Amino acid sequence: MASATGGHAAIIQDWSSDITVFKGVPWGKAMMWIFLLSDTFIFTCFLTGYMTVRMTSAEPWPSPSEVFALEAFGYPVPLLLIAIMTMILITSSGTMAMAVNMGYQRRKKAAIWLILVTALFGASFVGMQVFEWSKLILEEGIRPWYNSMGAPQFGAVFFMVTGFHGLHVSAGVVYLIIIAILIHKGRYDNTNFEIVEILGLYWHFVDLVWVFIFAFFYLW
Amino acid sequence: MAAEEGQQHPIKLYVLIWVLLFVFSGFSYATDFMDAGYLRWFLILLFMMLKAGFIVAIFMHLMWERYALIYALLLPPLALLVLVAMMAWESDYTWLTRIVFFGAEPYPDPCPPVTHGLPEGCEPPPGLTPPATSH
Repeated sequence: MASATGGHAAIIQDWSSDITVFKGVPWGKAMMWIFLLSDTFIFTCFLTGYMTVRMTSAEPWPSPSEVFALEAFGYPVPLLLIAIMTMILITSSGTMAMAVNMGYQRRKKAAIWLILVTALFGASFVGMQVFEWSKLILEEGIRPWYNSMGAPQFGAVFFMVTGFHGLHVSAGVVYLIIIAILIHKGRYDNTNFEIVEILGLYWHFVDLVWVFIFAFFYLW
Repeated sequence: MAAEEGQQHPIKLYVLIWVLLFVFSGFSYATDFMDAGYLRWFLILLFMMLKAGFIVAIFMHLMWERYALIYALLLPPLALLVLVAMMAWESDYTWLTRIVFFGAEPYPDPCPPVTHGLPEGCEPPPGLTPPATSH
């Protein structure tokens, strides 16, 4: 029996001999996009599951506008914390876009500081989410299987969707800090700092997902 | 523009998009003070799509990429729309089954669903808040 042509050594050669599909796009950036596409599928499946659960529920769905109201100046303001969290995430997206720009201008210091500011906004977002979760769990007694306001699935959907998003933000903060340190150490000095753009893609995606969660879960 | 040289765009544009995102988020938030209905749902979706479009097109630079990449990213999610359509179609049937065969109380109840406050003569159900809009 003859062995396969070229033997095992040819595997790497063969797989790496293909022509580039995404011309002019750095490999890392293409892979980040593919990852974000797969993440889109995950989040859309969560939101579709939420839609199905809400549409099939024979019990009333709790009103998010009232569940997430906060007392301010003596009045309950609907979705106050959520609105602040939204603004913080948009601000962090802006600073991230600036960081990408600074990276391509090779202004390392400015890029590093803008990345760290982005991480700080991200961390404060997660902090507010912790506050939101503990208020719902401890004060209002919402559980994944029960709440006193209507459909029990409300808690399950809320904890799963916002939890998964919060996990993405937390991972993003870690990613931001790691890349900032590596840039500072000079790891990317021989590149044109496309790494900042790749990092930015991930961070903007986290903001993008929040746009959909805000619309479908909190406002609908 | 060749992406190999990096995505270089004027900072002015970023600031403009940044401001627009704030404005449209404000509009989104404002819809929460409207009464439930088709206009409100339409506006929620409109502002959502505008914000998502700005983020993807400008902040993520997708509008300056080559079509090979743009289509590779934008076409697969269309399959998700099919999933959403199928699940929505099936949902009405599931809901009806619960009412007809499992004795669930149909909802909305005699008191119409409202977002803020209850109409006169409607008692809030036991619990923290009055029933919210559904379906």
